[in-house]
Amino acid sequence: MEQKILINCDHVSKTFDTPEGVCSVIEDLDIKVRENEFLVLFGPGQCGKSTILNTIAGFEPVTGGEITVNGDKVTKPGPERGMVFQTTALFPWLKVMGNVEYGPRMRGVPKKERRERAQRYIELVGLQGFENSYPIKLSGGMKQRVGIARAYCNEPLVMLMDEPFGHLDAQTRYLMQEELTRIWQQEKRTVIFVTNNIEEAVYLADRILVLRNCPTSVKAEYEINLPRPRSYTDPEFLRLRREINDVVDHTL
Amino acid sequence: MQEKKQAKVQVQNLTKKFGDLLVLDNLNFEVQEGEFLCIVGPTGCGKTTFLNTLTKLYVPTAGEILVNGIPVDPKKQNISYIFQEYSAYPWLTVKENVMWGLKIKKVPLKEAEESAMEMLDIVGLTKFQDYYPGQISVSMLQRVVIARAFATRPELLLMDEPYGQLDIDLRFRLEDELLKLWERTKTTVLFITHNIEEAVYLGQNIMVLTNKPTSIKTVIQNPLPLPRDVMAQDFVELREHVTELIKWW
Amino acid sequence: MATFWNKNGRKFAYGACGLLLFGLIWFLATNGTELGKILPDPVTVLRKFFVSFAEPIGTKTMVFHILTSLRRMLLPYLVACAAGILLGVVMGWYKPLEAIVKPYIELIRPIPPIAWIPLSIAWFGFAEMSKYFLIFLACFPTITINTYSGVRSVDETIVRAAKMLGARDSQLFTTIVMPSTVPYIFAGLQVAIGSSWATIVAAEMIRSSEGVGWLIISGQETSNMPQVLVGIVAIALTGLVLVSFMRLLETKLCAWNERGQ
Repeated sequence: MEQKILINCDHVSKTFDTPEGVCSVIEDLDIKVRENEFLVLFGPGQCGKSTILNTIAGFEPVTGGEITVNGDKVTKPGPERGMVFQTTALFPWLKVMGNVEYGPRMRGVPKKERRERAQRYIELVGLQGFENSYPIKLSGGMKQRVGIARAYCNEPLVMLMDEPFGHLDAQTRYLMQEELTRIWQQEKRTVIFVTNNIEEAVYLADRILVLRNCPTSVKAEYEINLPRPRSYTDPEFLRLRREINDVVDHTL
Repeated sequence: MQEKKQAKVQVQNLTKKFGDLLVLDNLNFEVQEGEFLCIVGPTGCGKTTFLNTLTKLYVPTAGEILVNGIPVDPKKQNISYIFQEYSAYPWLTVKENVMWGLKIKKVPLKEAEESAMEMLDIVGLTKFQDYYPGQISVSMLQRVVIARAFATRPELLLMDEPYGQLDIDLRFRLEDELLKLWERTKTTVLFITHNIEEAVYLGQNIMVLTNKPTSIKTVIQNPLPLPRDVMAQDFVELREHVTELIKWW
Repeated sequence: MATFWNKNGRKFAYGACGLLLFGLIWFLATNGTELGKILPDPVTVLRKFFVSFAEPIGTKTMVFHILTSLRRMLLPYLVACAAGILLGVVMGWYKPLEAIVKPYIELIRPIPPIAWIPLSIAWFGFAEMSKYFLIFLACFPTITINTYSGVRSVDETIVRAAKMLGARDSQLFTTIVMPSTVPYIFAGLQVAIGSSWATIVAAEMIRSSEGVGWLIISGQETSNMPQVLVGIVAIALTGLVLVSFMRLLETKLCAWNERGQ
């Protein structure tokens, strides 16, 4: 069955001008993401993973090649691409409800409709009862649930997740990985998820792209066919973890 | 030699309340000299409060912590800490960083230097002794911090999630270094972590704490010989067993 | 009872003890000593202060003096708020304006308002306007700079998040830039209300016949030391009320912020 390609990075490259000269961060990168696929970009340290996401988001222009989302060329940020940030980037002056309904509010969805929609996504991420809390009152994991609900509530075609669990402690991180799997299985979206954590990559992904160090490009590709929900201690899981670990360029 | 040796660390009826909120509920345990004890527990279970009591940052509401039979006092006893944010001093070279604690303790310069070089040798940084922290990578920096902590031959080394934000591969390698240093120096280590795999990989004993108010759920002996294989069946079983004990979701 | 002795209660108790101790030292130092000849004791000052609410100093009672000074302060303060916030926002938003205006603001800021008295009299005469001018100068630069740095320090990631959710530029301004600037503006307003109230003495040095600053100045001219101290007490207490009021307002308006906690 031929699946629709929703995100297409075609020979993308990105260079920055620095005082020391031109610095190449992305070099000839090809990524195709199928509809409703959970794609994980995995790579070491500062390998340019976030830059890839920033170019797909439209924050930074590419210097070579082209990125299309659903056939449209990416030139600037837009609501058809939802983003979840590592720092959560919640609006601290808005309550949970205000944060989640922000996207629809900006796009002129009538109050009653957007409230209902926001309520649905707040419940999806398990935050019912916290609608009227300010972000400052929430724990790290709960803040990121709001971040996920906010991105979902704008009903984007694709979701871009930039190390969303990078700041959480190990246990909360496991919990959020389980939660994200549950949410994603309930509401399928096309996802690009960036991480530097192998366990997280293997736990979440349909497919993992292992990236080279700067300038970055795809070094290896793994289809993960383990059934969900996955177990962190499953022998096949541990084997994949080791196999991928051995492929990565480690920064010393 | 049937007489029971005095434990290195004795925690007796340790209780801490903040106002009416009971955080530590009557903890009792002992740590033997040279033991590597990992402490795991659910998120927000009071591990930090426990550590802060141990370092005298908090005064316990009741109970006592004895090190070598004397009430704990970081000013009098040689206790080292490694925290996640803990870092090397950027204005000192690698070697000077490792020697720093020894200098504070007024160890003669020559002796301090020898001790520092030994530690740097174990963590494989001899070649980088004259570099400044800004010139070396994160993983090397972590090793400098560990070498510095061990160099003073502390009575007790407290580690609070030092590798919480690191990727698996780097973590394993740093943990191996840590075990090497521990085996060489026979230091008593209390290692607090969220990561159960890490606890099973490192600990001789694994103490499992309950949710607040914190008490000791159980202490598990880790029979696996070093070095441990994270993919071995018995390792995975132990890891799953501990995970079951702390799962709160 | 146990809860009273937690933090706040204890803080309050310590503060009260400190105040009593200060009063005691003052009392002992001025009672029947050489110092007492030039500095009245606290009981005399406090008694005179309370009496002044009933019996006029000069031609007016204390309430009138305080209200007069408050009016003199609040009018230029409010004008400075409006102008400072507006200019600060525009400066933060348009780089060229920042380049032109910022140096002047930074130049004016360190000049003590009292230094403007001669110019102020030359320009505005002895009328109220010259007093307003001084107070305006005391708070305008602070408010402007605070607002400006608030606009400039809006978290870039938050702006990106809003863009990704589909906010247009005008929406970015009203829903992101303004709310995240509010705490900065508030910090500026608080500092400014303090410094403009402190400037009231300087302002009332320019010919006046009432006001808390005038109490001090006329007290000095007539060598009436108790009156000077009564003026100081009035300024201090009113200032405390003003700052507490601002703080309360901030707690209400910035409940989402750490400062508002």
